[in-house]
Amino acid sequence: MKFSESWLREWVNPTVSRDELSHQITMAGLEVDGVEPVAADFSGVIVGEVVECGQHPDADKLRVTKINVGEAELIDIVCGAPNCRLGLKVAVAMVGAVLPGDFKIKKAKLRGQPSFGMLCSYSELGIDIESDGIIELPVDAPIGQSVREYLDLDDAVIDVDLTANRADCLGMAGLAREVGVLNRQAVVEPTWQAVEASIDAPIAINVDAKAACPRYLGRVVKNININAETPLWMQEKLRRSGIRSIDPIVDITNFVLIEFGQPMHAFDLNTLNGGINVRLADGVEKLTLLDGNEITVPSDTLVIADDKQAIALAGVFGGEATGVSDTTKDILLECAFFAPLAIMGKSRCLGLHTDASHRFERGVDPQLQHKVMDRATRLVLDICGGEAGQVIEALASEHLPQPVSILLRRSKLDKTLGHVISDADVVEILTCLGFSVAAANNDWTVTTATYRFDMAIEEDLIEEVARIYGYDNIPNTAPQAALKMSDHKESNIPLKRVRNMLVARGFQEAITYSFVDPKMQALVHPEQETMILPNPISTEMSSMRLSMFTGLLTAVGYNQSRQQGRVRLFETGLRFVPDANADAGVRQQAMIGAVISGVQNDEHWSMESKTVDFFDLKGDLEAIIGLTVAASEFSFKAATHPALHPGQCAEILRNNRVIGHIGAIHPSLEKPFGLNGKTIVFELELDALLHASLPLAQAVSKFPANRRDIAVVVDDQVSAIDVINLIRKVGENQLVGLNLFDVYLGKGVEPGKKSLAIALTLQDTTRTLEEKDITATMDAVISALKTEFNASLRD
Amino acid sequence: MQQLTEIVEQALAVIEQASDLKALDDIRVDYLGKKGKITDMMKMMGQLSAEEKPAFGQAVNQAKQAVQQKLSDRIEGLKASELEAKLAAEQIDVTLPGRTIDNGGLHPVTRTIDRIETFFGELGFTVKDGPEIEDDFHNFDALNISEHHPARADHDTFYFNPKVMLRTQTSGVQIRTMEHEQPPLRIISPGRVYRNDYDQTHTPMFHQVEGLMVAENVNFAELKGILHDFLRNFFEEDLQVRFRPSYFPFTEPSAEVDVMGKNGKWLEVLGCGMVHPNVLRSVGIDPEKYSGFAFGMGVERLTMLRYGVNDLRAFFENDLRFLKQFK
Repeated sequence: MKFSESWLREWVNPTVSRDELSHQITMAGLEVDGVEPVAADFSGVIVGEVVECGQHPDADKLRVTKINVGEAELIDIVCGAPNCRLGLKVAVAMVGAVLPGDFKIKKAKLRGQPSFGMLCSYSELGIDIESDGIIELPVDAPIGQSVREYLDLDDAVIDVDLTANRADCLGMAGLAREVGVLNRQAVVEPTWQAVEASIDAPIAINVDAKAACPRYLGRVVKNININAETPLWMQEKLRRSGIRSIDPIVDITNFVLIEFGQPMHAFDLNTLNGGINVRLADGVEKLTLLDGNEITVPSDTLVIADDKQAIALAGVFGGEATGVSDTTKDILLECAFFAPLAIMGKSRCLGLHTDASHRFERGVDPQLQHKVMDRATRLVLDICGGEAGQVIEALASEHLPQPVSILLRRSKLDKTLGHVISDADVVEILTCLGFSVAAANNDWTVTTATYRFDMAIEEDLIEEVARIYGYDNIPNTAPQAALKMSDHKESNIPLKRVRNMLVARGFQEAITYSFVDPKMQALVHPEQETMILPNPISTEMSSMRLSMFTGLLTAVGYNQSRQQGRVRLFETGLRFVPDANADAGVRQQAMIGAVISGVQNDEHWSMESKTVDFFDLKGDLEAIIGLTVAASEFSFKAATHPALHPGQCAEILRNNRVIGHIGAIHPSLEKPFGLNGKTIVFELELDALLHASLPLAQAVSKFPANRRDIAVVVDDQVSAIDVINLIRKVGENQLVGLNLFDVYLGKGVEPGKKSLAIALTLQDTTRTLEEKDITATMDAVISALKTEFNASLRD
Repeated sequence: MQQLTEIVEQALAVIEQASDLKALDDIRVDYLGKKGKITDMMKMMGQLSAEEKPAFGQAVNQAKQAVQQKLSDRIEGLKASELEAKLAAEQIDVTLPGRTIDNGGLHPVTRTIDRIETFFGELGFTVKDGPEIEDDFHNFDALNISEHHPARADHDTFYFNPKVMLRTQTSGVQIRTMEHEQPPLRIISPGRVYRNDYDQTHTPMFHQVEGLMVAENVNFAELKGILHDFLRNFFEEDLQVRFRPSYFPFTEPSAEVDVMGKNGKWLEVLGCGMVHPNVLRSVGIDPEKYSGFAFGMGVERLTMLRYGVNDLRAFFENDLRFLKQFK
């Protein structure tokens, strides 16, 4: 909420500077977002009156004037503004004045006519008011007075960002109360002459929805002059509250809105069909709002209706047909208390958010309506004239919010804050806030005020006490806790270890959005259902990811188009797979994904630089798997995946359950993702990865190990892992090492076959193996390979 | 004897002149071999008288030793210079870059989360995580944010339907923890959160770390204490910190915490407060017996301040030129 500092100081004027004031307010929980001066710096501008105004002899658009500034002599000023005319009160920049932008006013001649100053427009004084031409001051503006002083331009607009609980501060009255409490200073309310009804103008007010509208005041004012000018002081107060002047009636309702935080509405009396009915909408009626939009009013919405139809959304928006127009003569003023629950959510539901709904849904003081009705009527009569009728009230006092009585215990206060605030301070703070306090046995019974909708429980009072006392006056202490050791499982691999390992292997961690472009995701996971955000930031960010792939591939494309040839990225996070059996219909699974592209290593004077392939990334993955101390539980099986190359794709399995995929990106995806060359990815479930076996130590053999190499020729289709597993099985315990160190196809090996060179290390824990033992084992291995794979040894 | 002296002198001279090991070996054979010149001298012993023999024998032995010594010295000298030559030939440019795999790096957001986990981990806070697609109970209701609460409107929530949404805060994790565990509780929950807002200072996804401590006598002064310590550790300087009253439906009293920036302006870095009794009640914890504090911080904001990152959006572009600065 924006407000004028001067206006606040009319209510309460502590001897603190502007900066101190905004610091005080901020530290009381009303965060000051900004402090803006209402006008730029200038000097030497005073009020004058145009006492002569003639046409310039040599320039059509200029006028030659004589200005009375209260000095012995009139001043000659040439003015080009179209609204410059005889009798106007104007802002005169005298010779020697300095206007914003360090613009100095000097004697001048315009087309031969002398000019000793300048008549100013708002913008020339750095005041944010739109107008054509020069400032037109009120007729009673005192000649010779400084314009800064007259228009109170040393004022500032203070913008406070109010939290949802502080509806009471959505008006000057509440802000002043708060500032009063902070400075322990009394607040002075404005006074006015109460309005007595001068005509009898009854109107029927019937409230059906009594709980939603416990109090409704209506008052007729007849024969007003809608074309009267809103006084400058009011226009300025509104402007400094961020509200534009519209017409005097709207301005007055806006003025009391800012002054007391009470929204009002004015109907054109002669457009009403009969009396006022406050009821719930029937669900089919239509209403054209003041902004010209027609809506169908939802059935649970509170409306103001006349005898025929809905004419306004209660507490939210007026209707166009019954609004005040420039031909309005008689008005009906509405000043009501609508219950927050009746308004909450309604305006948002309809996409309407107004100053009125903002206040009603947070809570308007239910005791304020008579006062504000009187204030507004007084202003109407003063500005627009007319005769006021009596105030008609529809009241259901049983539904009005009552002050709450809350017990505040000394023990609870101390325990919550960890600090003791004296009795005197507690009582003073609560009293200043307008609460009544009764002390008994170290506790207080506090009756809160009707304007504080946020007071319901003891903690609310504790917060009030702490807030006004000052959080900064509460000490900082170290928390106390019992030293209870928590459970630690060594078999849980910290994700940190995996991350650090990948970092050590040259991977950069990425964080991509959890929502991706559905078109791109469909390329990676065609025909797979996804969770779609109904209201995304953009369509490109609307589909919850089914894997890390879409985000990572996009990141690769992004970097490659920025001359980053070598990309190694990984990411951890949730994937979101629709699943009717899961909570909220979605399986949210922690995954780790990685991608590599470009060369194995940057060009180096002494290293070969090859383009990455499947086995580069598989090596990284195997390194991670190594952390589990259970590599044998993992296996890779040739598989297919819509995003991956059909010949270079594997399922990753742990204990024969598929936990992820690794493979080269399918060439058809390279263009859409902007990939430059071969790209390899993997992704697997973190939960399946992150548990390890404990190392189980074996005695180290004291006897020598023996290496025997064999080259086995098998069909090209035979998987290396099957060959290896068979050798392991046959070799049993004596086989302590197995290394596949060469794969050969080509000359010397039949087409359709491949040669696998494997080194076997044989060792026994109890004796030195003799040649015949070794030969026996090797023979068994070779014979098994022959039987199982039709393998032959290569010479 | 004269002859022996001459032979020795001669031998020493040729040894001195020899330029390689082969030449030295030839010399050794020439003088000390079976038919060598000094060996031959020994054979002359037979012609000497018994009185002459001992002196002559001693002289020949001394000659042998002198030659042998000279040979050894010379061999060693030659070997040393050969080695020297070899080493000289093997000289490399030690300033050439080594064969290495460049380290990658953690994302700066992860780096910040790791630090926060360390700080609080040392105080016995355990790390908890939870689902990012949440139900309205855990994201709102249990946090004392009723259906029409104005605070719901402030959250710019990504809804899938009125009951299911992307979490707007990681507080749901606290609720789930309190549902399943009894006080005393000390947890922090880092993770992704989502708000429907995208501009210079907002991304629709960002990270939070929330903390919760519930026990029998947890109080506001302790909340202030722990967060002061945290901020001092995080920024590694004794910067000015202020606790400003604020409002969150799930805490009371509530505060926002500002730190004084280098530009002399206060910057909001944290929200916190004492856990609202309704929140404790909603998970079956007796607010008369237990109290708690909770706090939440935006990881990106802290990371930006810590490392001088100016553009929030850089965190999710994954531009390697940006990421590689965080080794």
